[in-house]
Amino acid sequence: MTTTAPALVDFDDVLARYEPTLGLEVHVELSTATKMFCGCPTDFGAEPNTQVCPTCLGLPGSLPVVNQAAVEAAIRIGLALNCSIAPWGRFARKNYFYPDMPKNFQTSQYDEPIAVNGWMDVQLEDGEVVRVGIERAHMEEDTGKSLHVGGADGRIHGAEYSLLDYNRAGVPLIEIVTKMIPDTGARAPEVARAYVTQLRDLIKSLGVSDVRMDQGSMRCDVNLSLSPTGSGVLGTRTETKNVNSLRSVERAVRFEMQRQAGVLDGGGSIVQETRHFEEQSGSTRPGRRKETSEDYRYFPEPDLVPIAPSAEWVEELRGTLPELPWEHRKRIQEAWGLSDEELRDLVNAGALELIEATVAEGAPAGEARSWWVAYLAQQANMRGVELADLPITPAQVARVIALVAAGDLNNKLARQVVDGVLAGEGEPDEVVEKRGLKVVSDDGALIAAVDEALAAQPDVVEKIKGGKVQAAGAIVGAVMKATKGQADAKRVRELIIERCS
Amino acid sequence: MSDLTRLTAAELATRIHTGDVSAVEAAQAHLDRIAEVDGEVHAFLHVGAEAALANAALVDEAIKAGTAPASPLAGVPLALKDVFTTVDMPTTCGSKMLEGWRPPYDATLTARLRAAGITIMGKTNMDEFAMGSSTEHSAYGPTRNPWDLSRIPGGSGGGSAAALAAFEAPLAIGTDTGGSIRQPAAVTGTVGVKPTYGGVSRYGLVACASSLDQGGPCARTVLDAALLHEVIAGHDPLDSTSIDAPVPAVVEAARIGAQGDLSGVRIGVVRELGGEGYQPGVRASFDAALRRLEKLGAEIVEVSCPHFEYGLAAYYLILPSEVSSNLARFDAMRYGLRVDKGASAEEVMAATREAGFGPEAKRRIILGTYALSSGYYDAYYGQAQKVRTLISRDFAAAFEQADVLVSPTAPTTAFPIGEKVDDPLAMYLNDLATIPTNLAGVAGMSVPSGLAEEDGLPVGLQVMAPALGEAVMYRVGAAFEAARDADEGGPLIARVPEVAK
Repeated sequence: MTTTAPALVDFDDVLARYEPTLGLEVHVELSTATKMFCGCPTDFGAEPNTQVCPTCLGLPGSLPVVNQAAVEAAIRIGLALNCSIAPWGRFARKNYFYPDMPKNFQTSQYDEPIAVNGWMDVQLEDGEVVRVGIERAHMEEDTGKSLHVGGADGRIHGAEYSLLDYNRAGVPLIEIVTKMIPDTGARAPEVARAYVTQLRDLIKSLGVSDVRMDQGSMRCDVNLSLSPTGSGVLGTRTETKNVNSLRSVERAVRFEMQRQAGVLDGGGSIVQETRHFEEQSGSTRPGRRKETSEDYRYFPEPDLVPIAPSAEWVEELRGTLPELPWEHRKRIQEAWGLSDEELRDLVNAGALELIEATVAEGAPAGEARSWWVAYLAQQANMRGVELADLPITPAQVARVIALVAAGDLNNKLARQVVDGVLAGEGEPDEVVEKRGLKVVSDDGALIAAVDEALAAQPDVVEKIKGGKVQAAGAIVGAVMKATKGQADAKRVRELIIERCS
Repeated sequence: MSDLTRLTAAELATRIHTGDVSAVEAAQAHLDRIAEVDGEVHAFLHVGAEAALANAALVDEAIKAGTAPASPLAGVPLALKDVFTTVDMPTTCGSKMLEGWRPPYDATLTARLRAAGITIMGKTNMDEFAMGSSTEHSAYGPTRNPWDLSRIPGGSGGGSAAALAAFEAPLAIGTDTGGSIRQPAAVTGTVGVKPTYGGVSRYGLVACASSLDQGGPCARTVLDAALLHEVIAGHDPLDSTSIDAPVPAVVEAARIGAQGDLSGVRIGVVRELGGEGYQPGVRASFDAALRRLEKLGAEIVEVSCPHFEYGLAAYYLILPSEVSSNLARFDAMRYGLRVDKGASAEEVMAATREAGFGPEAKRRIILGTYALSSGYYDAYYGQAQKVRTLISRDFAAAFEQADVLVSPTAPTTAFPIGEKVDDPLAMYLNDLATIPTNLAGVAGMSVPSGLAEEDGLPVGLQVMAPALGEAVMYRVGAAFEAARDADEGGPLIARVPEVAK
């Protein structure tokens, strides 16, 4: 029996009748050197099952030991989100069977999270600020990864067989849960996206995770419910998983609002369920329905002693918090004299940090900015990679800028040097050397070229001698052509005037 | 040479270290003894003859080279309960689930035995995953009590205790979750010690109930147990619950105790452990033990621990709860038994667990799953934890009035095989007197106190001490042992009949 899903309701119509309430659960994989409860490395992309030990494989007899670096990171995240840090807390076991979970329980903080009751002010595009309450941030371990082969759309159901990779099992995770976010109306999708974006930037600034949604080191679940406008009654919520990009966060909220309104309009009721976001269609579909509601049988993890961060330590960690990314941006905006739009473009292009790093290497802000947003952005675009993933460092860009400033390179040659660096030919100076790109400023060679050009165009020489200095441009062009662009144009002009006077 | 098997570990060690006997001879004598009697006793699940002789040869080489022995027990044979992981021998925990499983790592305790030069003879039989009081719940058949082969050797560590009583090894290792070291010691006329929780590392001890399990020494004399205690105890960074404190000087305490003076020592008789339910011969032996302790100069005081009566009930909620979670990992996905029945991972897991676990393991998994279920947690697990706290307080109050507490170790002598195997409640009552120490994490030991008049079978005296109070416990145990042996014309174990073949 198939039932046709009710049609999606037009977004504006949704808002005419319903109020959305949002909730966001974000999982962040910490970039600690080792896993949450053992000494295995956490590097992304290693050969399957090479970063495992008895503990993260859950072998009989193995025991967990808490990674202090993960606790420290969790506390710093909690503090940055204005949370209270619990002076004492235990881990719990969340019991359920799944092949990618080696112990068939997940060790997680359950009712004693390390950080509670905080907030973050989220700024929207037009400058409006929404304060998002933070319910809690807690530590837990990641599961392994399953690869289901032979079934429909990669799900375990109907798969012929599954491959398991436990490299990720036991990687430290922080789960950050918002309080319910009410009253966002039409801006719900935008608020969701802005929150996740800002959270990502915040965590990145703390240096505790690389927060790459594309690599799964940051994952987002979107909770959404609708209530009839003015009713004051909270609707039933759905939890949408597999929302793996900032854009998807926005789309998932939007889709669920339209879908739920359709169900409600048709007199149906929303089923409290887990749904999966489909990247291609931008829609959500229900997860596998369970006959019984899951009972995780939580109880305190007896293999671990409670975590009890001292007040002194918490204060010490508070002292290590960096400038908040949005405050930092404001400061940069003022220092560089950027408009809001210019700043936003830099941030969206992922260029801000790169430009800052280039400036830190001694380059003037203007040139640094111009390289990253123009030529390099174009190169990244052509290669289909993120700006930060181009094989060139801010230090190398700064060196190119310095060579131009010193007159050793002109802009055209500088671009060739950058091409060389991007092609893996080495440091800028090496590329200059190997490709022979240095500006020709040796007067001997230049004078010969200038004299040759002057001899070829006696009429122009007459004009210059007659005081029409601007006519020298034609000779400059000829010299540049003869020297394949390597001549220092300024020096060429000087020599032309000299020879004609 | 067969009399080598009759020596105490201390005596045998002296003869090996002085070059009087080689460690290889000692190992071979015990291997011969195992070959001679273990067909009847069935103490061992696996005998590692080759590795045992290789270790012994290394000890001999070191002695020949004039190197100091690795420990006071170097070269002495030992029987290891099959619940500790060993890289060179299978580790089955008495379960079909792990038949033939070769762990890729050594337990910390195993590693310490090896580092001490102790010769590990093999792995001993046990109730499946250490759940039982008779070793009848081993998937590999019961162990028989050398005092009467038709009777049980206690459990879960019946194999280790029987190996001692049958002179198959002078030393053994057990684990004690609710009495699994002490009750087998009592019914086989041997010595068994449950150290303070956290005193001996659990890393590599396949968990039954994590908050209760404790590995400990088993021997035929108190001094031997003390020597072994000092080898295996001490902080382990791989076990979060391991205590970071110096190991109590138990060898020295045992030597002092053996001098036979207990003046100034207050011994508390727990009123609640002296009531109904004891076999007359057990009762009589205990009363005689009290008189003997008084004669040694100890002051006997009566103490009350009013919450002990709830101990058994609390234990049978906490233990199965932890078991249900600890045993979840046996799911056929990574190691151990796999029953490929059904099309999905879930079906394979279910079929494997159905086939792999015995009835007692299943019973406790079901009990624990129920006790942790939502809606029942507070009434069962939560209440049980409160009882646990109350029992700890009872102990604290009692230890204000007495240095050690005493009781009979078990309510009866060894019962016939088959008598209680189908009556779980009767079986559980065996641990009535031993369970409170596990719930409170304090130390306990069983020393032979005599033979019951009505059946001529061994009875044990339980001595309990505060956390890390093992020194006074060993002192009392050794003093009692020396006095009993002097009065009775030799050690009790000398009266064990020769195993009938």
